[in-house]
Amino acid sequence: MSELRQIAFYGKGGIGKSTTSQNTLAAMCHYYGKKILIVGCDPKADSTRLILHEKAQSTIMQLASEAGTVEDLELEDVCKPGAGEFNPEDEEITEGYIMCTESGGPEPGVGCAGRGVITAINFLEEEGAYDDELDFVSYDVLGDVVCGGFAMPIREGKAQEIYIVMSGEMMAMYAANNISKGILKYANTGGVRLAGLICNARMTDKEYDLSKNLAEQIGTQMIHFVPRSNHVQRAELRRMTVVEFAPSSDQAMEYKELARKIIANDLKVIPNPLEMDDLETLLMEFGLEEEVEADAIGKRAEEA
Amino acid sequence: MQDIENIVNGQKLFLKPEYQEVLKRKKEFEGNMGSVDSEKLEEISEWTKSWEYREKNFSREAITVNPAKACQPLGAIMAALGFENTMPYVHGSHGCVAYFRGYFTRHFKEPTPCVSDSMSESAAVFGGLANMKDGLRNCSAMYKPEHIAVSTTCMAEVIGDDLNAFVQGAVEDAEGDLDNTTITYAHTPSFVGSHITGYDNMMKAMLEQLNPSREEKVVDEERINIIPGFEPYLGSVAEIKEISKMFSDKIVMIGDHEEQWNTGAGEYKLYAGGTTMEDAKTAINAKATISLQKYSTVQTAKTIKNKWKQGYETCNPIGLSGTDAFVMKLSELTGKEVPAELAKQRAQLVDAMQDSYPYMHGKKFALYGDPDFLLGLVSFIVEMGGIPSHVLCHNAPKKGWEDDMKAVISKSPWAEDCQIWVGKDLWHLRSLLFTEPVDFLIGNVYGKELYRDTGTPLIRIGFPIFDRHHLHRYSISGYKGTLNLLTWITNAVLDQLDEDTKEIGKTDYFFDCVR
Repeated sequence: MSELRQIAFYGKGGIGKSTTSQNTLAAMCHYYGKKILIVGCDPKADSTRLILHEKAQSTIMQLASEAGTVEDLELEDVCKPGAGEFNPEDEEITEGYIMCTESGGPEPGVGCAGRGVITAINFLEEEGAYDDELDFVSYDVLGDVVCGGFAMPIREGKAQEIYIVMSGEMMAMYAANNISKGILKYANTGGVRLAGLICNARMTDKEYDLSKNLAEQIGTQMIHFVPRSNHVQRAELRRMTVVEFAPSSDQAMEYKELARKIIANDLKVIPNPLEMDDLETLLMEFGLEEEVEADAIGKRAEEA
Repeated sequence: MQDIENIVNGQKLFLKPEYQEVLKRKKEFEGNMGSVDSEKLEEISEWTKSWEYREKNFSREAITVNPAKACQPLGAIMAALGFENTMPYVHGSHGCVAYFRGYFTRHFKEPTPCVSDSMSESAAVFGGLANMKDGLRNCSAMYKPEHIAVSTTCMAEVIGDDLNAFVQGAVEDAEGDLDNTTITYAHTPSFVGSHITGYDNMMKAMLEQLNPSREEKVVDEERINIIPGFEPYLGSVAEIKEISKMFSDKIVMIGDHEEQWNTGAGEYKLYAGGTTMEDAKTAINAKATISLQKYSTVQTAKTIKNKWKQGYETCNPIGLSGTDAFVMKLSELTGKEVPAELAKQRAQLVDAMQDSYPYMHGKKFALYGDPDFLLGLVSFIVEMGGIPSHVLCHNAPKKGWEDDMKAVISKSPWAEDCQIWVGKDLWHLRSLLFTEPVDFLIGNVYGKELYRDTGTPLIRIGFPIFDRHHLHRYSISGYKGTLNLLTWITNAVLDQLDEDTKEIGKTDYFFDCVR
């Protein structure tokens, strides 16, 4: 048995992080027999629905507030086996399995979602959810590293490899760069490393080159370029990953390849995030932004 | 007003006419100038003593009234002060630390060294790293500790400050100032568990961070560690050390906070006594560790058993059978016979218990306090034929405690009449005392209001005790400690007996000088 690897998926909201992570993890399980625990760290709690075939799993925080305190919970209440082939009992397709948890958190606008992440991860560790059989623990973390709570998965002794899901759009790249800054802070005193960018293609101009270039400048790799495919959406409507829905489709093969690269990945770096200016320069180099004269900044179209 | 030549305390001061006038007007104001129906008030007040109100009270979900527990960092500070030249450092708000220090100081009547890095609004926004950097250096420069033990308050926990990264970052940035200071750290969110959880977390963190990994341990077959737990009775800590010494010189107290709160008059020293750093850093080498408070060392136990692969035992040396079990455990682990001196102490205790037995036998008690304290005390009450009618533990751990308590109570012939209340507060206890009254209440200072409300005499045993002096200097553990418990409880029974028989011509036929 190999050592437990703890990985995390970060990325800007709406980038397709949960979809990408679930499809990739499903591929790691389906094609490579890996045993995985998913720890969803997003108050939306959508990090496990495709694995469970459910609308949304009951979250640790939701169950804790019903029960009174988190100490009232048992591990079985919050840690559910995946559906179908991802169930540990089902060994027909793969010996691997996926266990699912969601930290959960408050409604938007109230409370503290970051604390929910801390509480949930502490609970899972204390209750022994990270058992010896697992090959991977995967954290799926909301948007940006906005506060200390969302950095919990990259604290010492937690996730060691971070994958950033991004696309060729400016704001997604900006977010990826920002997350690298967060990782840098922790990498200086701990073992967390940036392991690669995953480009979830939006089919924007020069997306492949731009993403690859950004990855290189930060000091990492674009580990995979996942093309856009309607198969993913069709599978999602059935609350399934494309890997389970159409395992021999081209798109499933893309996830299979990404899964293989992650399993074999040994490029883990302390990131070298770009300054805002450099990031804009990069976008300009690829012609996404036109250089603007200094006196044109802030002027309306009719004035210019 | 105070007369400068004759300063009086509040009791006498407020009897002066000018204050009496103020108090009279206050009463008028609060009674809404006579518009409050005093009969209705009386009626409601009586109703709160009924079974109907009790049921409402026990279906309460949202709030705690008069809690019988404190918060995590308080326990972390006690754990830290069990080590020599150690400064407890609380990463968080200044007000929390003022409260911890005040709390201990009111109990022990001694100063309590502890610092805070005073996180404020901007620290809440930007994280507490800057505070940690300045705080650790200042602490080191001003108080010259050999070891700083960092714990956290709610604020630092809610914003998710990462102590591991912060402490490392602070040391790296300190230009060598912190190179000769050992720093350990534990996350102690106040909103989780209670002070015993904090004791546990800090103890675990210190032991893990001070000791090398298991590969480097050199087992010392003779060495035994004893962790006292959150022990407010300094006399108990001393007595345990005394008993240990009778068996072996190589029994080491881990977390020995006895001297820190028991300094003499003269020049004040910041640090006093405590487990030496040398002993702390070699704790892993011991053959076994005995915890005297099973439920204050739940997480610490995991480190000792699973990470260190060391023998781990729990004992609760309060009461006769509890002390017997502890003494026999020491005898087993050291391979030595029980010393004659201990056998003598035991015989003396048993003799004294027989003397007092008729007075405690059949008396009903309500007790509240920390989980392990209650297990020991209830065991002793049962040994004396007392009835532990209500045992209330606000901070009882979810797993195990209730079953342990049931096992202790099952030895009483009145076991069926005894009730265990987990996670309830002192306002719940008030309802219990009105609906199912007892003869005596045993607990900390916060039972004082219940005594006044219900008339149930309060025997002060527990933590904190602010309004009686020096009780913490005595032991409640071991044979001698149990004798103290016996003395306090029996004499409270006798005091009450005198109180109940002092009416001339009515009950005074039993007002006797020989008991």
